[in-house]
Amino acid sequence: MSNRLVVSLSPHVHSGDSVRKNMYGVCLALAPAMIASLYFFGLGAAVVMLSSIIACVFFEWSITKFILKRERSTVMDGSAILTGILLGFNMPSNLPIWIIVIGALVAIGVGKMTFGGLGQNPFNPALVGRVFLLISFPAQMTTWPVSGSVEYLDAQTGATPLSIMKWAIQSGDASALKDLPSSMDMFLGMHGGALGEVSALLLLLGCVFMIVRKIITWHIPVSILGTVAILSAILPVANPVYANPVAVLCGGGLMLGACFMATDYVTSPMAPKGQIIYGVAIGALTVIIRNWGSYPEGMSFAILIMNAFTPLINTYCKPRRFGEVAGKEAKK
Amino acid sequence: MKTFRIGGVHPAENKLSAGSHIREAALPKQAVFSMFQHIGAPAKPVVKKGDVVKVGTLLGEAGGFVSAPIYSSVSGKVSKVDVALDSSDTRRMAVYVDVEGDEWEESIDRSTDLVRLEDRPDLDAKTIVEKIKQAGIVGMGGATFPCHVKLCPPPGQKAECVIINAVECEPYLTADHSLMLEKADEILVGVTLIMKAVGVERGYIGIENNKPDAIRLMQEKAGKYHRGIEVVPLKVRYPQGGEKQLIDAVIGRQVPAPPAIPINVGAVVQNVGTAFAIYEAVMKNKPLISRVITVTGKSVQKPSNLLARLGTPLSQLIDECGGLPADTGKIIGGGPMMGKALISLDIPMTKGSSGLLVMTEKEARRAEPDPCIRCAKCVGACPMGLEPFLLAQLSSQHMWDEAEHEAIVSCIECGSCAFTCPSHRPLLDHIRLGKTTVMGIIRARAAKK
Amino acid sequence: MNVILIAVIVLGVVGLVSAVVLFLASKKFAVWEDPRIKQVSEVLPQANCGGCGYPGCSGFASACVKAAEGGDLSGLNCAPGGQAVMEKVADILGLAVSAAAPKVAVVRCQGTCDVRPHGVEFDGAHSCRIQNMTGMGETQCQYGCLGEGDCASACLFGAISVNPATRIAEVDESKCTGCGACAKACPRNVIELIPQGPKNRKVVVLCNNQDKGALATKECKVSCIGCGKCVKVCDKFEAITLGTNLAHIDPDKCKMCRKCEEVCPRGAIKAFNFPPRKPKAEAPAAVTAAPKPASAAAPKETVVPAAEKPMDNTKQNETAE
Repeated sequence: MSNRLVVSLSPHVHSGDSVRKNMYGVCLALAPAMIASLYFFGLGAAVVMLSSIIACVFFEWSITKFILKRERSTVMDGSAILTGILLGFNMPSNLPIWIIVIGALVAIGVGKMTFGGLGQNPFNPALVGRVFLLISFPAQMTTWPVSGSVEYLDAQTGATPLSIMKWAIQSGDASALKDLPSSMDMFLGMHGGALGEVSALLLLLGCVFMIVRKIITWHIPVSILGTVAILSAILPVANPVYANPVAVLCGGGLMLGACFMATDYVTSPMAPKGQIIYGVAIGALTVIIRNWGSYPEGMSFAILIMNAFTPLINTYCKPRRFGEVAGKEAKK
Repeated sequence: MKTFRIGGVHPAENKLSAGSHIREAALPKQAVFSMFQHIGAPAKPVVKKGDVVKVGTLLGEAGGFVSAPIYSSVSGKVSKVDVALDSSDTRRMAVYVDVEGDEWEESIDRSTDLVRLEDRPDLDAKTIVEKIKQAGIVGMGGATFPCHVKLCPPPGQKAECVIINAVECEPYLTADHSLMLEKADEILVGVTLIMKAVGVERGYIGIENNKPDAIRLMQEKAGKYHRGIEVVPLKVRYPQGGEKQLIDAVIGRQVPAPPAIPINVGAVVQNVGTAFAIYEAVMKNKPLISRVITVTGKSVQKPSNLLARLGTPLSQLIDECGGLPADTGKIIGGGPMMGKALISLDIPMTKGSSGLLVMTEKEARRAEPDPCIRCAKCVGACPMGLEPFLLAQLSSQHMWDEAEHEAIVSCIECGSCAFTCPSHRPLLDHIRLGKTTVMGIIRARAAKK
Repeated sequence: MNVILIAVIVLGVVGLVSAVVLFLASKKFAVWEDPRIKQVSEVLPQANCGGCGYPGCSGFASACVKAAEGGDLSGLNCAPGGQAVMEKVADILGLAVSAAAPKVAVVRCQGTCDVRPHGVEFDGAHSCRIQNMTGMGETQCQYGCLGEGDCASACLFGAISVNPATRIAEVDESKCTGCGACAKACPRNVIELIPQGPKNRKVVVLCNNQDKGALATKECKVSCIGCGKCVKVCDKFEAITLGTNLAHIDPDKCKMCRKCEEVCPRGAIKAFNFPPRKPKAEAPAAVTAAPKPASAAAPKETVVPAAEKPMDNTKQNETAE
């Protein structure tokens, strides 16, 4: 035998899973929604999406190389691309490139790399970028092109389902809800909004794909969507100014947030029990912010708030240990 | 289909040697008998240089209650009593025997006639356990826990059933599978002996359903030997062969956290290979001197199941299967999930050698670890319901008290966490270190009290 | 005007109430602590190395004060601070301090890659303790340095590091405080704490191999094979004992004559911080007698005590007989 034997402790085989496979898997799950956004918003979608991805990857690469001076670059593991896609998905299709670059810098630079890079960030980087832009550029970030307006900067803008809902609540006039698109249109994505949040159907498909491929578990998306569905089914009964559950579920970033943003590995709880608590809290917070807050959309804030609670949830929600049940039964 | 309730993974099965008949390996020129072939106190050598031994002559007597005697598997002359490299990759006390001929002790019945429990009405529980103890039988699945200890329940505990572990959940290994196909009758008599020894009327044989032929054969024959024996087909899932997981899968009871042991939930678990060894020891007076070992690997020419004498050097076994491939990168004693990487082939076979797996250079090396992305896949895979990422972190930062609080000692070292980690982190390396350290701390604390 | 007045009054009242509450709380929940603990703590190095066996410097300080009530500080030693700090501590507590010889760590292994080949390759988490769990580790020697640097990460003073060329840990004596953290971290007990010795001189068996001679020879070219030559050559002082196939020099008995270093066939014994030997071309056979004339002629003073001390001792022994 010419070569040296390798010794290591068991196990000696690996499932073949990798960070890269998971990250690109999520990207693949987002692909249908991305294509849909190109269909609905045309050139604008392409420009926003590309510039967001390129900017995120560039900042990830330059920060690891020049500031952190790491030998092993994490730029190719797909996490920066994913952040770029998600950030792009949260923007209107008529956003100028310079704002997008600022958003990417905040997302990667502040949201991720200041904490030590992949795996260390307490908050979802794409949402940090989005919320920063929302607060810094409220006008640009809340004028939404309508679906089917395919130009870039001078796309035709209009009301989104969320702004209609908000108007109905604020004015106390339930008839304003008549302007909402039909439930089918809402589900398919024929309405205004940010790039990635319009087609609920394709986002759900992506989510199912991720669950089937075991990239994520069902706990977080189901608990968020379930909570929102239940709450928004109760509210219209109490007061007709609140919109029907289908419109609430399909409108705005709820579907995107529940399936892709809240399920971010790094910032969500580890144990199934904790994931359900986290999901229910996000759902409830979203409904509260949407209906009684000053912003029309509450998903990003709800996720960021619960991101902050994740370490606490992790401390108190432990997985069910083997033999625990038997121990309790024995006590009885 | 039954299986255990928490965690688990499904590694590629790679049962390359499935269906190949058990071949008898040739006698070695020199056999080396380590005195450390079981968990517990080492055996004490009772022979010296120059002594003439036969097959079945006692070489080392048990060093305590949790210990087992060691018998010669060959005839010849003791050439020295010295340290030898053994399957733990360390040098420990061993007896070297130069082989001459193949003479057996007369007390051993070498005929192949089947002896049933009904044929031997003189056997009572005590005699059976005593014979098992004398024969030096240990858990043959790889844990090598002295068998008689499990058959003597601590006072106040009563066994309700015997569970035979024929799961063989480790990828590659087929030793138990082939043994079941070829020695079904002997195994079933062995099971009745175990049931008699612990005084129960229920016996379960847990077999994963990737061995349908073995399930069928066992189901056909079980009724002939005892009406209380039931064959339980199980869904393929690793680590089903773990004692606690198997009890959960078969009778749906979970053994509480250590220091609880299986008998606390009324179960006695024995490996199928152990059942066969018990048959031979009790009915044929044959001590544990040989076992079936799977020699396998993707690059091995003839992956086989060999019936080899203990003490045979592993290099000889691999020669019988087509020699060591040139691109060998790792040699593993046991299966790929829990086996031990060996540093040399000059290591003798021991009672716990269930497999010899050869990996190519490509397969041998682990991928470079990435940062933990907190995906919680290890949490989902852990069959004990622990949080491996957290335990590994606490252990690498030497936070032993916290690790103890997170139940690090419950870890069964199955490797599901490291197997599933997308970041290729050496989780089990750290957890194993933490577990060893914390157990040391607990023992020290108990000693102080 | 009115607004300002109200603000001042409200804030003033809040401040007053808080002050009263705080005053009462501090009286009610006051914990008396021996002021000497703080004093002792102040003179300690505050490295919190744990070398004393207590959790950090404050833990050591309270242990000192407790021991002082018994009137005895023996057994308590702050290794990084050394004698000077312990004297200060004793001063504060009004006691005399027992002299504890300052210690340094030595790595008892010279098995570099050349003399102890790494036959297999360890692939796993970089930690000696983890590598040690594989059994032999990378080399054939199950007693020697593993070179993954658990000692280096345990050292708070940057005094020990693994040389990447030799893959053996090396101690920087000028930084070593003798706290013993490295010795505790080493899973193979390779590191030993020994007294610093006069002028930092010491003679040590740099090997931890406990295998029999034939095996030890195979495993490493510079292993101690337990031949006992050093024990014989040291019969006057009886400083060297033979354990399981391994010689050990008792630093308290060693007279620094370095005969054992010369006689060791394996080069396993090494003398530290001695000036270079005089060329022994004149009388290579009578090495033992050589230092006398040489040292008399030598301009360096340092040689004289080292070489003459044993001679003096032998004279004493003779007169005693």
